[in-house]
Amino acid sequence: MDKPFAITLDPGSSLANHTGSWRTSRPVYVDRLPPCNKQCPAGEDIQGWLFHAESGDYESAWRHLTKDNPFPAIMGRVCYHTCEGACNRGQLDAPVGINSVERFLGDEALKRGWKLSAPAAESGKRILVVGAGPSGMSAAYHLRRLGHSVTVYEAGPLLGGMMRFGIPKYRLPRDVLEAEMQRVVDLGVEVRLNSKVDNILDTMRDGKFDAAFLAVGAHIGKRARIPAGDAAKIIDAISLLRSMEGEEKPLLGRRVVVYGGGNTAIDVARTAKRMGAEPLIVYRRTREKMPAHDFEVEEALQEGIMVKWLSTIKQAHESSLTIEKMALDDKGFPQPTGEFETIEADSLVLALGQDVDLGLLEGVPGLQVTDGVVEVAPNMMTGHPGIFAGGDMVPAERNVTVGIGHGKQAARHIDAWLRGEQYVPPVQREVAVFENLNTWYYADAPKTVRPMLDIIRRQSTFDEVQGGLDESNALFEARRCLSCGNCFECDNCYGVCPDNAVIKLGPGKRFEFNYDYCKGCGVCVAECPCGAIKMEAEEI
Amino acid sequence: MSFQPVHFYQTGTFTVGNRLLAQEERSVQANMERTNSLNSGHRACQGCGEALGARYAIDAAMNAARGRLIAANATGCLEVFSTPYPETSWQIPWIHSLFGNTAAVATGIAAAIKVKRQKGQMGDVRVVAQGGDGGTTDIGFGCLSGMFERNDDVLYICYDNGGYMNTGVQRSSATPPAARTATTMPVGPEPGNAFGQGKFVPAIAMAHEIPYVATATVADLRDLEYKVTKAMGMRGARYIHILVPCPLGWGAASQDTIKLARLAKETGIFPVFEAERGEVTGVLKIRRPQPVEEYLRLQKRYAHLFGKKPAVETIARLQAAADKNIRKYGLLDQEAN
Ligand SMILES: Cc1cc2nc3c(=O)[nH]c(=O)nc-3n(C[C@H](O)[C@H](O)[C@H](O)COP(=O)(O)OP(=O)(O)OC[C@H]3O[C@@H](n4cnc5c(N)ncnc54)[C@H](O)[C@@H]3O)c2cc1C
Ligand SMILES: Cc1ncc(C[n+]2csc(CCOP(=O)(O)OP(=O)(O)O)c2C)c(N)n1
Ligand code: SF4
Ligand code: SF4
Ligand code: SF4
Ligand SMILES: [Mg+2]
Repeated sequence: MDKPFAITLDPGSSLANHTGSWRTSRPVYVDRLPPCNKQCPAGEDIQGWLFHAESGDYESAWRHLTKDNPFPAIMGRVCYHTCEGACNRGQLDAPVGINSVERFLGDEALKRGWKLSAPAAESGKRILVVGAGPSGMSAAYHLRRLGHSVTVYEAGPLLGGMMRFGIPKYRLPRDVLEAEMQRVVDLGVEVRLNSKVDNILDTMRDGKFDAAFLAVGAHIGKRARIPAGDAAKIIDAISLLRSMEGEEKPLLGRRVVVYGGGNTAIDVARTAKRMGAEPLIVYRRTREKMPAHDFEVEEALQEGIMVKWLSTIKQAHESSLTIEKMALDDKGFPQPTGEFETIEADSLVLALGQDVDLGLLEGVPGLQVTDGVVEVAPNMMTGHPGIFAGGDMVPAERNVTVGIGHGKQAARHIDAWLRGEQYVPPVQREVAVFENLNTWYYADAPKTVRPMLDIIRRQSTFDEVQGGLDESNALFEARRCLSCGNCFECDNCYGVCPDNAVIKLGPGKRFEFNYDYCKGCGVCVAECPCGAIKMEAEEI
Repeated sequence: MSFQPVHFYQTGTFTVGNRLLAQEERSVQANMERTNSLNSGHRACQGCGEALGARYAIDAAMNAARGRLIAANATGCLEVFSTPYPETSWQIPWIHSLFGNTAAVATGIAAAIKVKRQKGQMGDVRVVAQGGDGGTTDIGFGCLSGMFERNDDVLYICYDNGGYMNTGVQRSSATPPAARTATTMPVGPEPGNAFGQGKFVPAIAMAHEIPYVATATVADLRDLEYKVTKAMGMRGARYIHILVPCPLGWGAASQDTIKLARLAKETGIFPVFEAERGEVTGVLKIRRPQPVEEYLRLQKRYAHLFGKKPAVETIARLQAAADKNIRKYGLLDQEAN
């Protein structure tokens, strides 16, 4: 035998002793569901794309991300990023800036001209999508990737839906919106602009469509019954924002009163401010009760927008409004006080929410409409077979990301439905909760704050308010991710096993247990930073 | 700081490896080609800190010595669980000495190598000696002090689990105060091991003014490897004292081995530092300060402190000892206070 240096006897190796027989429970590698992924309304695999971004491989990160959501540059600007609220790192210092990294990836893709991948094969099926908002365009993208031929009918002159005719430029620059929409069109999606669908069944029949996805949004501004003089100028928020996209900008006068407390009210006020007006928001409850997101309220206040809390508008006159003060009752509902006040106003903008125009569905059998929205089954299909719907027109939270998620879900179900099958979503994995982590191993790292446009330009121009991260701080931010529940190849388990019972398979290949020797001590489980190992009782 | 600066690569260098670090910046343990000096199949208890500490230390020494290393090993758990005849877990040249003379055996090996090298019969080979706290701080102490005093070219590694674990958990001079062992039962007015006895051998090693003395734990692998590598880069007598939790002797859950070592360091119970020629040159700072209670509660050997009437005075004395370490070695960052 060829003996190693200084060894004279043949050693009998302890490998003959299979200590695995001592074990009463065994460690197993798992992939838990990170809470961020679970929260994302578009179902993004956030931890998965951050994993690529951490190594600086932004293109892989972007490709991984766009499997679920084709619009990261838009997301990085308008998504309300509830994922960050769920992020486990929030319990350590501050959540990972998921949204800012997403924006960086989206912008990087636009800068570098990365293209979405085309379908592998054509299915020969024709699908109609009604409405080119986020939900419709998401469905179009996913359906196209599944090999279907997709035609989008859009009533308006441009793509984007409420992202174009609602969300102001200073939050979503139009070149970004345009570029991400175009990339979907480039996959071979047919778009018909200025083509309102008046009757869905007719359009489906005429175009020989096999199925339809409807995402017409909610565009009819709600009215409040306010007695008004003939000369009073009352406009609805959506029409106002829409006209901002046209050649002729609306004439509002100097004193603009915006009635409402949602995000739309805030956007209208901030838009008016940028047009040189002095906007005042009138809202019947308090700031805490405002449905608008707090950060948006904050940004509006910074820009010098005034708010009158606990007030309702009683009457509109030519250049003034009568306002009644309100008080909250025990249950937190505003109640009139009988105290009145007059304020100056050149115009009144109503931002009181929107209703859905369901005209195209008239006479369609089987549909169920509740509270002005169309009911859908968990597979996103309406009561009428073959007609699916999503976005603002169905009962759900109304935001861009939810709409995108509906589009994705609907695409999967339509695809299965066309084959006479049912799409079975994968079983939801166990969630990686904070208690699964061993946070000792994570270095302290504060969240990277995105730059904001200076206040003067925020008050007078439609330039984008929030800036993006650059390469170096986007990388830093990505690396703040704890990789909850999913192995990031830190080698801890391989290192800490006293029995050398973890086999390292090499970069990208993760690890395996050698159950011949693993005694089941559980040290690897306790020391895995991200909770990617769990102990299971051994069957004895 | 006594080890590499923390790179902020998701987890810094606190983890064993890191896919984002350059190959040469990763730990020895992260390497697929590590020696595995102490191989699988050994008979140590589940979650044994000593088995882990020995593989960490000897793999690092093997790496530093480019595979040319001989180890002498005192009687004790490490020797018994690794070499039941006819098996061995050691994948390096290894010799079992007596319980009390391993430092002297290593001295002899080093002397023999020196002679053979002078005669041109062999190249450079390095020597380590290793033993438990009993074999080091008690019975082997004379040989050890001699090895230090002569400045023999040996790295001596003590695996401190705070007692004679192999023979059934008896007290050693490294058993901490208040701890229950088979010979310091929790009875009488001062239950458990007495206060005011025992010794801290790293400080005694420093008093010999040998080239290098360091303490480490199995909870800070990067620090441990740094110290072994540094020691191997030096000649003469060197001493590394590694705290290795013992699930059996401490009455702790097997998965808590590293957690306990970490708590020993974070509470200040066990100071982690390095010294050259008798002077402290670096300490591993406490990152997340914790009261000693967090450490004590996880161990049944201190269960008598947490009975119906908690022994608050005893706990306070242990806390005072930890606070003294924190002061003496400067374990807390000033800004962190
Ligand atoms: C001012 C404002 C700001 C907002 N800000 C945000 C924000 O920051 N973040 C966020 O997540 N959400 C925001 N939202 C909400 C978000 O814009 C919507 O929830 C989202 O756009 C809904 O998407 P959708 O695809 O369902 O419908 P829409 O975006 O409304 O798109 C529907 C499209 O269908 C077209 N259409 C309608 N009827 C027909 C028809 N019969 N035939 C053909 N086409 C038709 C419409 O022209 C439109 O283009 C905001 C909304 C408003 C009003
Ligand atoms: C001269 C002598 N006395 C007693 C023993 C019995 N004995 C073997 S191991 C051991 C205790 C070892 O304790 P320690 O050195 O701390 O190592 P551990 O087992 O705790 O790792 C004793 C007392 C012996 N082998 N030789
Ligand atoms: S730390 Fe990373 S994986 Fe965990 S919740 Fe936050 S973003 Fe998701
Ligand atoms: S640390 Fe090793 S012996 Fe312990 S459970 Fe994990 S693989 Fe098994
Ligand atoms: S300890 Fe590290 S390498 Fe092992 S499973 Fe957990 S993340 Fe992966
Ligand atoms: Mg011992």
